[in-house]
Amino acid sequence: MYCVFRENSEQQYISLIKGENMKKQNMFTKEYAWRGLMTAGGLLVIAITICIGAFLIYKGSGTFTIFGHSIFEFLGSTDWNPEDNAQGGGTVGALIFIVGSLCTCGLALLIATPFAVGSAIFMIEIAPKFGEKFYRPIVEIFAGIPSVVYGWVGLTVLIPAIKKVFHLQVGHSVLAAGIVLALMIFPTISNVAADSIHSVPKDYRMAAYGLGSTRWQSIYKVVIPAAGSGILSGIILGLARAFGEALAVAMVIGQTTALPKGLFSTTKSLTTEIAAQMGNATEGGEMKTALWTMALLLFLLSLLFILLIHYFSRPKKDKE
Amino acid sequence: MKMKKFIALLTVAGMTATMAVGCGSSSNETSDNAADTNTESSDSSLSGTITAAGSSALKPLADDAADSFLNDHPDVSITIDAGGSGEGLKQVSEGTVDIGNSDVAAEDKLDETAAKELVDHQVCVVTMAPIVNKDVAEAGVKSLTKEQLISIFTGKTTNWKDVGGPDEDIVLVTRPESSGTRATFQKYALDGNEEASNTSMETDDSGVLLTNVKSTNGAIGYVALSYLTGDAGVETVAIDDVEPTLENTYSGKYPVWTFEHMYTKGEPNEVTKAFLDYITGDEYGAQMEKLGYGVASKMTVTEH
Repeated sequence: MYCVFRENSEQQYISLIKGENMKKQNMFTKEYAWRGLMTAGGLLVIAITICIGAFLIYKGSGTFTIFGHSIFEFLGSTDWNPEDNAQGGGTVGALIFIVGSLCTCGLALLIATPFAVGSAIFMIEIAPKFGEKFYRPIVEIFAGIPSVVYGWVGLTVLIPAIKKVFHLQVGHSVLAAGIVLALMIFPTISNVAADSIHSVPKDYRMAAYGLGSTRWQSIYKVVIPAAGSGILSGIILGLARAFGEALAVAMVIGQTTALPKGLFSTTKSLTTEIAAQMGNATEGGEMKTALWTMALLLFLLSLLFILLIHYFSRPKKDKE
Repeated sequence: MKMKKFIALLTVAGMTATMAVGCGSSSNETSDNAADTNTESSDSSLSGTITAAGSSALKPLADDAADSFLNDHPDVSITIDAGGSGEGLKQVSEGTVDIGNSDVAAEDKLDETAAKELVDHQVCVVTMAPIVNKDVAEAGVKSLTKEQLISIFTGKTTNWKDVGGPDEDIVLVTRPESSGTRATFQKYALDGNEEASNTSMETDDSGVLLTNVKSTNGAIGYVALSYLTGDAGVETVAIDDVEPTLENTYSGKYPVWTFEHMYTKGEPNEVTKAFLDYITGDEYGAQMEKLGYGVASKMTVTEH
């Protein structure tokens, strides 16, 4: 490295002496300046991620270190009654919120996945031209709608509809939250799945047709298995988005501190509880610390999802 | 291709320019203010800055009072943030803001030594009223006894027919545990009994609570009177035949009210004192009542 640098500078020195134009010098500094800038940008992103993680661990561990609750109480108890002061002495069981998050997100996946994978197959395999020109942009618009709009529409359209269809007094429910989340993650899953279906080599399909399979047979016996890891990544990406959503869910889930008993019961999720309580909780108090611990849990979960995505989308050598 | 690039660049440039303009104008304003303060400091008129933070229930009133105060004293600038009672108390105790707005007494949130340094200014009275969906009121539930109210909110009474209403499930719509409104309602309307949080639907703010009660049959909740000044679309319920009004609060008949506090660290400085005097003064009192807040000096009782 040093040698190269020496050579370069020597060359430049020579070129300067020779009275050549400044262009070479310019290109040299430009090359390093831009490279430095890009490296700094990359390092900054890494540093920010690590800082956020460290900060959440620092804030969130207080529940266990300062207030002396066990990790089993936090993850396994439904008794949520933290004191809003620094003395502590309340209970911090967050199981209700964890179950609430899992139920709503699981339901959302159940609803969204069949439609999303179906629409991906439609836009790539069934109607590629129409899919590429019209359908895909429409799905992408879907993905760009802010969550508050989903929540609001859910509150004004979905809640009364649920009330009417199922003859209920209260429309807020796990079902409503699941449907809203399903709408939100549908484009994410659909887009990623479409990309991975698109990247299945054409030879595979040709070979399938050559062996005498119909279009449907080639799709579900050849294309989908080949694109399987990509579709799975899309589903996990959708799940991660659903897990992190607070605003839209808060508007339709009904926010009751109790485990959901069925599709129509109201409950709370991790994100909605954080959003509801953080404004009023005292900094450094037991409640705020417990909320930080929940934030830490969300961070760890999203980390897990990312790892899963990498695991499933890693290149498979045996298949190539 | 070139056209696309051009459009993209234009968009980015436009956004950057908007940002720059947005930031620029505000910084200009502050520098203008600073200049004004400097040039007119020799003048006897009031100038300076007041910062306040805390209770979101008190913020609308504080904002309104600040607006009309600024009409008389254009050289003063007032910044009011929400953030919750606890945050307001913490910040004023640390000296970050001049005024800490709070629904609760400082002793409840801070430790003793910190609370002792703060001076309490009781600026107004907030009255909380139980509200129900119109279908409940139309079916004849106009008043509830305290026992009925407690029984409803603790989840023992679950059907309106038990308290003279329609045969319909009671839907509890409440506020989160850390809310000051909930604390007040629990203390004075429910005599300290814990709400049944495992059956109630919590809402992030009083506006959403109002909407939910309005749109859900059989719903009951509670809000401050300041949310009921217009046509809110819900009905208030009397407690032991006493209507939740400001008059009944002044006379001490209606029990669910609390003082709103503006805390200062030690005695307030000249500008802050002028603002506090203004907000507690008679002139502003009329406006305060129009907004649904009670005037602290009209209270005939100071204890519940």
